[in-house]
Amino acid sequence: MPEPLLEVDDLRVTFRTRRGTVTAVDGLSFALAAGDTLGIVGESGSGKTVSMLSILKLIRDPNARISGRVLFRGRNLLELTDRELRDVRGRDIAMIFQDPMTALTPVYRVGWHIAEQIRAHEKVSRQAARDRAVRLLAEVGIPEPGRRVDNYPHEFSGGMRQRAVIAMALACNPALLIADEPTTALDVTTQAQVLDLMRRLRETHGSAIVVITHDMGVVSEIADRVLVMYGGRAVERGPKREVFRRPRHPYTWGLLDSVPRMAGPRVRRLPMIPGTPIGPLDLPAGCGFAPRCRLRHQACEVRPELADAPTGGTRNGASEHVDACWLPAEGRAALRERSREESRG
Amino acid sequence: MLLFAVRRLASAVLVLFAISVLVFLIFFATPGVDPAARIAGRNADPATLAQVRHSFGLDRPIPIRYALMMRHLFISRDLESFVNRGAKVIPQIVQATPVTLSLVLGAAVIWVLFAVLMGTVAAWRRGTVADPLIMLAGVVGISLPVYWLGEVVNLITQSRLHGSVFSWVPPLGYVSLTDDPGQWALHLLFPWLTLAVLYAGIYARLLRSELVANLNEDYVRTARAKGISERRILIRHALRCSLIPIVSLFGLDFGALVGGAALLTEVVFGLPGVGKLTYDALQTVDLPMIMATVIYAAFFVVLANAVVDVLYARLDPRARHA
Repeated sequence: MPEPLLEVDDLRVTFRTRRGTVTAVDGLSFALAAGDTLGIVGESGSGKTVSMLSILKLIRDPNARISGRVLFRGRNLLELTDRELRDVRGRDIAMIFQDPMTALTPVYRVGWHIAEQIRAHEKVSRQAARDRAVRLLAEVGIPEPGRRVDNYPHEFSGGMRQRAVIAMALACNPALLIADEPTTALDVTTQAQVLDLMRRLRETHGSAIVVITHDMGVVSEIADRVLVMYGGRAVERGPKREVFRRPRHPYTWGLLDSVPRMAGPRVRRLPMIPGTPIGPLDLPAGCGFAPRCRLRHQACEVRPELADAPTGGTRNGASEHVDACWLPAEGRAALRERSREESRG
Repeated sequence: MLLFAVRRLASAVLVLFAISVLVFLIFFATPGVDPAARIAGRNADPATLAQVRHSFGLDRPIPIRYALMMRHLFISRDLESFVNRGAKVIPQIVQATPVTLSLVLGAAVIWVLFAVLMGTVAAWRRGTVADPLIMLAGVVGISLPVYWLGEVVNLITQSRLHGSVFSWVPPLGYVSLTDDPGQWALHLLFPWLTLAVLYAGIYARLLRSELVANLNEDYVRTARAKGISERRILIRHALRCSLIPIVSLFGLDFGALVGGAALLTEVVFGLPGVGKLTYDALQTVDLPMIMATVIYAAFFVVLANAVVDVLYARLDPRARHA
């Protein structure tokens, strides 16, 4: 891989609380090449959003402590001053949030928001910024952009608002776009349109994208690479094809199996992962997923590291697909089949 | 817009009518209340009472009396006081209005300035010692009764320290703005501050909580992710949205104060405003005067309400289509 655009190394986010220090993100590492799309998957509370917010130091909680290294174009973002960071935010790294309904300041027009973004980073006239806002709205598929630019956010539908937010995020041609659950708050047809839009924009703007989602469907649509998180830790990481074809971690199996399928025989009951996601307060000392894992054994009491084959040796020489599980590297497919049978009961 | 204005006007007239009827009934038709007995004085004999009743028109049916009073108040505008016979009511109110307006306007400017400053700084410095200190100052301001604070201010500026620090403070009273703007401001300075203390406290606390809530909104996070400076986020985004409820409250308070709610301040500082007028009329149960001042107050409250509605729509685009 050439010099990566973004390299996250041992990112750790902890919060001081009344019940002691809790770890929301624990030793997260990954790299992202320019123009690549990474999908971060996991249930609520797995640390996806917190990790991405901490990259731009957008966590305002005074009790939060962030450590590790976040190299963006060779600069450690965690060591930048507020002023320097402000130049990175929005210009080099843009972010889209989950709920487009509340993401825009309700008292300002849509065009105003986009123009504010442009004028925060470039010295352009009001009129020029507005013209660019109209072009951007046209680009993301807003009909009649010349008129819509003067609408207020509440006059847009949810899908249109998310498009407007995307237009705003892309206003300064960021090298990296972080999209936090960009489609979760939208209905299904709008979801598909927004994903399609993001794919198209990746071609035209050349931005690398990090998509945070709990939806395997979204990942399969858009990502090149996948990072699966559980309990604040990465449990599996690899190219999308590999992860979808040969998922290794039992948690990934569970995520994949719980997606309803259109083809094939109809299942009586959709398989699910037993138990509920753990919160950062009750993380076990060993493997975080062990309490919900059907295949846990003695070794799981020690925390496994992300590795090609944690139990030793290499599987196929390609170390791009890694996971954190003590199960023997060989024969996982069979184990997965077995546990799937069990889960159907 | 025209329809809106017409509807607004119609409802305002209706409200004023209802209030006038209510006040009229309270004073003229409450069992046991006999205006004639008040006017005739204590221990008046029945003959005098009957004569008074007749000469004031109190022996006529209530609806007629109401209509007559309204005619004198609005059409011939020669309603006369019951207490000072021959004294016309309306010129007195016309004379008192600029006093009250001067007092309330000046105080409003002061309290809004202070409230925005205090509320914004407190929200901005949340988590530091400045926030609770400012909010404590706000509570103190709210807890000081105007009549007490006014008296203390008078005691200090007019008597105890008048010989030294406050020798520049003019005696109590009012000087018209058109006569001498400098003296006008000087005479009103302490009344302004006294009246503003209470409202500055209330508004600062309200603004702070609104700001704190708004700073936790998603759109603030979006703005931060855009690379907007913290100051701009605070002022252009959070403060702008926090002002919406403040403005509607301000309209109501302002209307009520102009309508006579600044009474205590006016009495303490000897300002011949509408509040003082009402106060005196109540002391003597001067019914025509009470009637006129109440209608006047209601008019300002209704007017302020209408202005707030229009302003609200200007400030909050979401309210425009509702």
